[in-house]
Amino acid sequence: MDITKEYCPMTFVKTKLALEKLNKGDRLEVLLTEGEPLENVPRSAEEQGFRVLESVQVEAGTYRILIEK
Amino acid sequence: MKKLSIICFSGDFDKTVAALTMATGAAAVNYEVNLFFTFWGLNTIKVKKGRSFIGKGSLAKIFNFLEGGFKNLPMSRLNFMGTSPKMMTHLMKKRNVATLSELLQAAIDLKVAMYACEMSMNILGIKKEEFIPEIKEVIGVPTFLELSNNGETLFV
Repeated sequence: MDITKEYCPMTFVKTKLALEKLNKGDRLEVLLTEGEPLENVPRSAEEQGFRVLESVQVEAGTYRILIEK
Repeated sequence: MKKLSIICFSGDFDKTVAALTMATGAAAVNYEVNLFFTFWGLNTIKVKKGRSFIGKGSLAKIFNFLEGGFKNLPMSRLNFMGTSPKMMTHLMKKRNVATLSELLQAAIDLKVAMYACEMSMNILGIKKEEFIPEIKEVIGVPTFLELSNNGETLFV
């Protein structure tokens, strides 16, 4: 999922709705920008019991994170 | 669980954008969210999105017509007879920021709990059937206080 073009609150809304659809063991890859999304998307996923497996910079200002239920 | 409750009173376009932004943002980061629509705020949740003569009694009908629904929410400043919210929506789309209807849909998708105020519905002579089906319940102050207890509350 790519949320690099989204703004608050839709960055978080779209991630939350996508995470809700996952079954145990499923993974979701999220492309996001640094700053608010990079700080809060992984943090809130972890708070909700998901595991953040990786967070890699793919280009300047853009990161790819991998979340698992 | 962390909790945010918002009293949506104003029914202004811009303030409702703010309230729904807070509501959906909070729900997205796992807050329990309650929205309590009261007075002008009830216009946001009417099934009829334009102007219509709903309500009991002729005075209530006139008020409901003048207030209108979701499409008639005025901007709190620089409303320019209702053109401003339309221009703002155009800008929001252009800049890829969620519009008011997208925010309301997001709140519904995130299962934000929505309530309507019994007392103001009584003044305007409107019933629960006049509102979108996502309105969970018609409540009064004690129930709202019970729901919002131990969380944060905003009045918008």
